[in-house]
Amino acid sequence: MREADHIVLAHGGGGELTQRLIAEHILPRLGNPLLAPLTDGALLPATSGPLCLTTDSFVVQPLIFPGGDIGRLAVCGTLNDLAMMGARPLALSLGLILEEGLALATLDRILDSIAAAAAAAGVPVATGDTKVIERRGAGGLLINTTGLGELLPGARLGAERVSAGDLILINGGIAEHGLAVLSVREHLEFATDLTSDVAALDSLVAALVGACGEELKFLRDPTRGGLAGLVCDLAAASGVGVELDERAIPILPVARATAELLGLDPLAVANEGKLVAVVSPAAAPAALAALRAHPLGARAALIGRLRPAAPPLAELLTRGGGRRLISRPYGEDLPRIC
Amino acid sequence: MAAAALAAEIADLVAARGRPVTLMEVCGTHTVSLFRSGARSLLPRSLRLLSGPGCPVCVTSQGYLDAACALARRPEVILATYGDMMRVPGSSGSLERLRGEGARVAVVYSARDALRLARERSAAEVVFLAVGFETTAPATAAVVLAAAAEGRENFSILAGHKLVIPAMAALLEGGEVPVDGFLCPGHVSVVIGAEAFRPIAERYGKPCAVAGFELEGMLAGIRALLAQLAAGEARVDNAYGAAVSAAGNALAWETVARVFEPADDAWRAMGTIPASGLALRAAYRRFDARERFGVAFGPDVQPPGCLCGEVIQGKVHPPDCALFGTGCTPLAPIGPCMVSSEGSCAAWHRYGRLGATPD
Amino acid sequence: MCLAVPGKILDIAGVPSDPLGPMATVDFQGSRLEASLAMTPEAQPGDWVLVHAGFALTVLDEAEALRTWDMLREALGEELPLPGAPPAGEV
Repeated sequence: MREADHIVLAHGGGGELTQRLIAEHILPRLGNPLLAPLTDGALLPATSGPLCLTTDSFVVQPLIFPGGDIGRLAVCGTLNDLAMMGARPLALSLGLILEEGLALATLDRILDSIAAAAAAAGVPVATGDTKVIERRGAGGLLINTTGLGELLPGARLGAERVSAGDLILINGGIAEHGLAVLSVREHLEFATDLTSDVAALDSLVAALVGACGEELKFLRDPTRGGLAGLVCDLAAASGVGVELDERAIPILPVARATAELLGLDPLAVANEGKLVAVVSPAAAPAALAALRAHPLGARAALIGRLRPAAPPLAELLTRGGGRRLISRPYGEDLPRIC
Repeated sequence: MAAAALAAEIADLVAARGRPVTLMEVCGTHTVSLFRSGARSLLPRSLRLLSGPGCPVCVTSQGYLDAACALARRPEVILATYGDMMRVPGSSGSLERLRGEGARVAVVYSARDALRLARERSAAEVVFLAVGFETTAPATAAVVLAAAAEGRENFSILAGHKLVIPAMAALLEGGEVPVDGFLCPGHVSVVIGAEAFRPIAERYGKPCAVAGFELEGMLAGIRALLAQLAAGEARVDNAYGAAVSAAGNALAWETVARVFEPADDAWRAMGTIPASGLALRAAYRRFDARERFGVAFGPDVQPPGCLCGEVIQGKVHPPDCALFGTGCTPLAPIGPCMVSSEGSCAAWHRYGRLGATPD
Repeated sequence: MCLAVPGKILDIAGVPSDPLGPMATVDFQGSRLEASLAMTPEAQPGDWVLVHAGFALTVLDEAEALRTWDMLREALGEELPLPGAPPAGEV
């Protein structure tokens, strides 16, 4: 039987086509001793430290965008959630929901991305699942990844640890991922040098925890909602006001211009390879040095601080020397004339 | 730094005046830019900035929106619109909701994209929502001319372009809003020219200043207005010389004039303002969606308690609306001023809430 | 009311007699959009234009456009590539 070029419902039926899909497409790319036996689950060795569990689902459209694809995003996103908890990654699970009609070449490409991202972090895809749904406008492929990690020694993170006077750092330029994805959205297409910053931050976080220990108080990645959403959440959760300095926030000229073109606030755009760290003032120089020594932190910067404020709001010191409130972003309807 | 120096001059001028000053920024983009740049935090408290009727979404009547929704419900229609209009609540839902229910609503970046859609989908009727001020009208005009030249039969527009100066005049004629001067819209002025505001300055004795959207430009425009007030003068200053000339872009305006003619138009809660809108000329009336589909503009009915109409005239300060931040928020908006990203209420909610930014 | 952004024309195709005018590829610090020159037929490659909703509304004075760029550089306090220069090698 000539193999189809696209996913058909039978691929999810549990029979011959399912076996072939796993044996010929999935296992060769993701295969590792944990996954290979294709048992119902993976047994992992016990750890000495607390375990961290996280899950995330990925529905990005289109599946492929400048700088990455849904596969890379699915691995890095979950590795980053573990990292933001101060955990080093141990294993991933991978749930694939394939829509009838998805090109096998596309699936292969995305599986390659998953494999590469996992291998780069030294993390196995230990177990997985595949389902096929009939054609229903789901965009071809939906992914869920769950990550298991172990808390790094010396990591003590939480918004409740943050206090007035602490300093806020970021590891690089903002607004790249969201804008790169928009550039390939159907009603918006434009050519751009921008690429998604999607990257796994686990080794960067390990370096940061190593350099600062308990003086590192809080970590979060500015994904959906961008830097603005993150600092609003931080202010609300910590009860301390946040002040960012617009002049200090790194942003590529192309990202700034593209955001302006689309009428978007760069602070509200999603990032997938960035972290925001809150450290005590004494630890800031060591934190910044640790970030800058790492390839993913070359443009790290001190961008703000915590200060007493009632109610605890997030404010921006603007480029021109004024101040204004930072609010949680709402969804934007693009494109706009206003 | 230039901004600090300008802010200091403004403070001196306001102090020397000895009484509060009220300026109106006509343009929604100025409302947002004044907040976002932190300009408002640099200005003295006795300088009041009012938002005017310069947000295309906010001034579009409920009747226009309801007609747009009626068209979207027709199975043969693909409605093409700028993103701004998607979430505005009409009498029975928004375009976004209609899209969720299966209506064909396409968000476009340019009027050109609407025409391209008509070329690609010859079996469908593409209707373009032609909203916006003088900045956006030339694009629609060019696209109508192109549609005519290629004999395109499945393309039409729901004409909703509005003119800024008749609205400013109507506000002044109404005499209800004490405005000392106008910060004039920078990009509208690119098309119509700075001199277009001269009748406002001369007939009503109100200082005018055209400004761009960077912090220093807006502060320079405000400083120019205060200097005129101090000297007892009323003219049009141009603080956006890089983009705005005295006469504007004649070719752009001629293109508009070929396709459109001024017509009386209904503005949200302001009633009909004479010669304040653009209607298709007879030669291009076949591209008028109202005629093609027999759809009329519904009545302009305000949602209960909604004060958007008063807000766009500068009569009500957004935080003073009883619904502001409680019954009406950006996530659950009642009126367009809270929906539109350039709406005054949305700007106040996003940047000025909780007294973080001085009034 | 008016989202308009300055960009630099890279190249132009098409004819002025087309109602939608010649079409320019306009560069915005590394993103590129097509804009109609119907309202600015005199614009040439290398010119800065103000683009709104897919149309160039006016040609900008280059000195003014670059002055805005200098303001940005000064404000950011770092080396930014000049408009038209090849993109920097690293983030």
